[in-house]
Amino acid sequence: MIGSNTTETHPVIGYRIKMAKNKGASLIVADPRRIDLVDYADVFLQLRPGTNEALLNGIIHVIIKEGLADKKFIREKTEGYIQMSLAIQKYTPEYVERITGVSAAKIRHAARLYAGAESAAILYTMGLTQHIKGTNSVLAVANLAMVSGNIGKPHSGVNPLRGQNNVQGACDMGALPNVLTGYQRVEDRGVLSKFRRAWGTKLNSKPGLTVTEIIDGILRDEIKTLYVMGENPALSDANLHHVLEALEKIDFLVVQDIFLTETAFYADVVLPAAAFAEKQGTFTNTERRVQMVRQAVTPPGKAKPDWFILQELAAKLNLNWSFDTPEKIFREIASVTPDYAGITYERLEKEGGLQWPCPTEKHPGTSYLHKGKFSRGKGLFTPVEYRPSAEEPDEQYPLILTTGRTLFHYHTGTMTRRSDSIDVHKPEEMVQISIDDAARLGINEGDMVGVTSRRGHVTARATVTEQVPAGVVFMTFHFHEAAANLLTINEVDPVAKIPEFKVCAVKVEKIEA
Amino acid sequence: MISLTINGQKVEVEPGTTILQAAEKLGVFIPSFCYDPDLTLVGACRMCVVEVERARNLIASCCTPAGEGMVVHTDTERVHEARRANLNLLLANHPLDCLTCEKTGNCRLQDYCYLYGISETDFSGERKDYGFDDSNPFFIRDMNKCILCGLCVRTCHEINGVGAVGFMNRGFDTKVSAAFDDPLEDSPCVFCGMCVDVCPVGALVPKQSVGKGRPWELATVKTVCPYCGTGCGLELSVKDNEIVGVKGDTSSPVNRGQTCVKGRFGLGFLQSPERLTSPLIRKNGELVESSWEEALNLVAQKLRRTRSTELAGLASARATNEENYLFQKLLRTLGTNNIDHCARL
Repeated sequence: MIGSNTTETHPVIGYRIKMAKNKGASLIVADPRRIDLVDYADVFLQLRPGTNEALLNGIIHVIIKEGLADKKFIREKTEGYIQMSLAIQKYTPEYVERITGVSAAKIRHAARLYAGAESAAILYTMGLTQHIKGTNSVLAVANLAMVSGNIGKPHSGVNPLRGQNNVQGACDMGALPNVLTGYQRVEDRGVLSKFRRAWGTKLNSKPGLTVTEIIDGILRDEIKTLYVMGENPALSDANLHHVLEALEKIDFLVVQDIFLTETAFYADVVLPAAAFAEKQGTFTNTERRVQMVRQAVTPPGKAKPDWFILQELAAKLNLNWSFDTPEKIFREIASVTPDYAGITYERLEKEGGLQWPCPTEKHPGTSYLHKGKFSRGKGLFTPVEYRPSAEEPDEQYPLILTTGRTLFHYHTGTMTRRSDSIDVHKPEEMVQISIDDAARLGINEGDMVGVTSRRGHVTARATVTEQVPAGVVFMTFHFHEAAANLLTINEVDPVAKIPEFKVCAVKVEKIEA
Repeated sequence: MISLTINGQKVEVEPGTTILQAAEKLGVFIPSFCYDPDLTLVGACRMCVVEVERARNLIASCCTPAGEGMVVHTDTERVHEARRANLNLLLANHPLDCLTCEKTGNCRLQDYCYLYGISETDFSGERKDYGFDDSNPFFIRDMNKCILCGLCVRTCHEINGVGAVGFMNRGFDTKVSAAFDDPLEDSPCVFCGMCVDVCPVGALVPKQSVGKGRPWELATVKTVCPYCGTGCGLELSVKDNEIVGVKGDTSSPVNRGQTCVKGRFGLGFLQSPERLTSPLIRKNGELVESSWEEALNLVAQKLRRTRSTELAGLASARATNEENYLFQKLLRTLGTNNIDHCARL
């Protein structure tokens, strides 16, 4: 487990990890915080925030040095091993200890445990990816899985735990600037001409802008109209002042949502949408399983399902669409998306969910990827070098702020904060601060504190806890009253454009009552 | 394979199969309170007792492995008498407030009493008199109704893992409680609600359902949880266009009935008075209600007039595949690839 507080962010997967542990599995947890799963771990690698790739390199170093690598797998199924192994030479456990703060002995122990297992899986979440070097950290995870042959077989692999109910599906459906459905690239001529024919329209072959680039584009006067369907960037995005300035500035903003979100406050038009239990459709979960979503109740007032609103809008734009049911839309998805080609509503009803790739109606679905050989042919090792986070602590801002979710709330709180029982149970932000730092700053449990970064300032109650080490504070981004993203930094990974939510420098002060 | 006879029918099972599982294979019903195939077998409730030829005592079928050549009878007078005695003893200490009990119609104690014709107890004596644990906003604990089957304790320890509740005291005073008999609110409980789902009687009752309808009045709709990416199956109970209950879907290959607090108790937002119920258009700086016609005409007009390079859209990791598909199709048809969503957040 690396960068995943599974028992809080994916609780049911957390149960399975604990059950596996009770059945005799070994568990390695790498996290800056002493999360609940640490109680179950054989090895706990408490690394400094922002040093994931150094730690992973250290583990790979030990595996190679001690002859624990799966040489047959590397020879037959991968390429680029030599370059990667040369780059890894300097990442001795002692060198990595200096970067990460994790003892060399623990790094060796973890490496032996992981490489020595008959099958071993790596699970990660945003703790690995929300850094300016997130892409590199994922490549390092892939290197680790390949060097030990732990990919393309059951109970192994590289398993990102996806955050939202249908973030996998939204990506699969081409809600991304560079790909159409099923990750078919917009620059690919064959792909584009297929979609031109299927849709009967001209299409643009130039990849578009990502969320962070769209916000920058608004501020540069390059984006004039923004249509937001079921997102809340005014609370979820890094360095909120920057985002709010953009939302203030944009010429025309449409927000389609189930609530008047923080983003909708800025809208020119707000369209009321139906929630999950008020419509039919499909979600795709973190294991690529497409599942039926069924209607239980009708939407309130004049609210309509998002698909219905989009169809109505297309009609106003004189587009020749005739989607009168979600199933009709799904049939079109299957017709243009090879990975979904064999999936139908009828099969989903009968078989209770199908994991893509599912290329034909006879295909049973795919429970794990890269079986036999890698999707791209050979698995590619990529040398990964450690580099520091964008903003390291200094005298003025001496603490590292890292952000995430908790068990009881979800993301920007749009849903959980309006679910009475949950908001009664956990009504406010609690900034986690270490016992050492709290003592130094004279902070007691429940005191109001101010948290300040170069970008903003929030106030919230503090909780003094062993969960965070000295030098680190933790906040969620569930609460608009204490929006952690006013503090976070909008530096992004150069490839994935993911912001560095997990590391920025802050100072904390007690606020006298 | 092991072959045995149950109620005169022959059945073959794998070694290690219990008598109860072998009976299930034949479609023979055996009642039980404490048995759950996902949990440790404890044989505590003695409702599943059966008669095995040449065995001295009645045998708990849930935790006794089937043996070669066993001859089992599940419905003899001796078995029925034992089960009736058991129910009689349970009722000696169980409030008979079925008229108002939330569990009526979905209570195994009630079902078995019906099955074996027990309407009241023959034993009179001291009765438990505990207060309600009403401390948390999610469910009520009424330990006067607890029959000590232990399903909640084992679920908490073996499936959730937090182990917030256990048995305290001995004998008549035995009670399921959090450490030091503190309210659950002050315990490590994470309110996953799985104890509520396994409770066979009315000891654990979700607050969301109280007074909202009897089981036979409710429609059940199977769907997928709207929170994280795990994709747990949920069963929603619906009455009069309102969701009055939520349970994990035991037929889902993803969660096999397991839940967390958000899926189990976090759907109240659906009925929030803050839900948007009408399109809104900004007029003189204020968002005011409008018709769909007016709102969509305005959006269409703006989309038509915006140059494709100056247009962008954010789709949703919360909406369905079908909706995300249409959203990107719309934007791309209008000539832009400026489409993203919160996958990175």
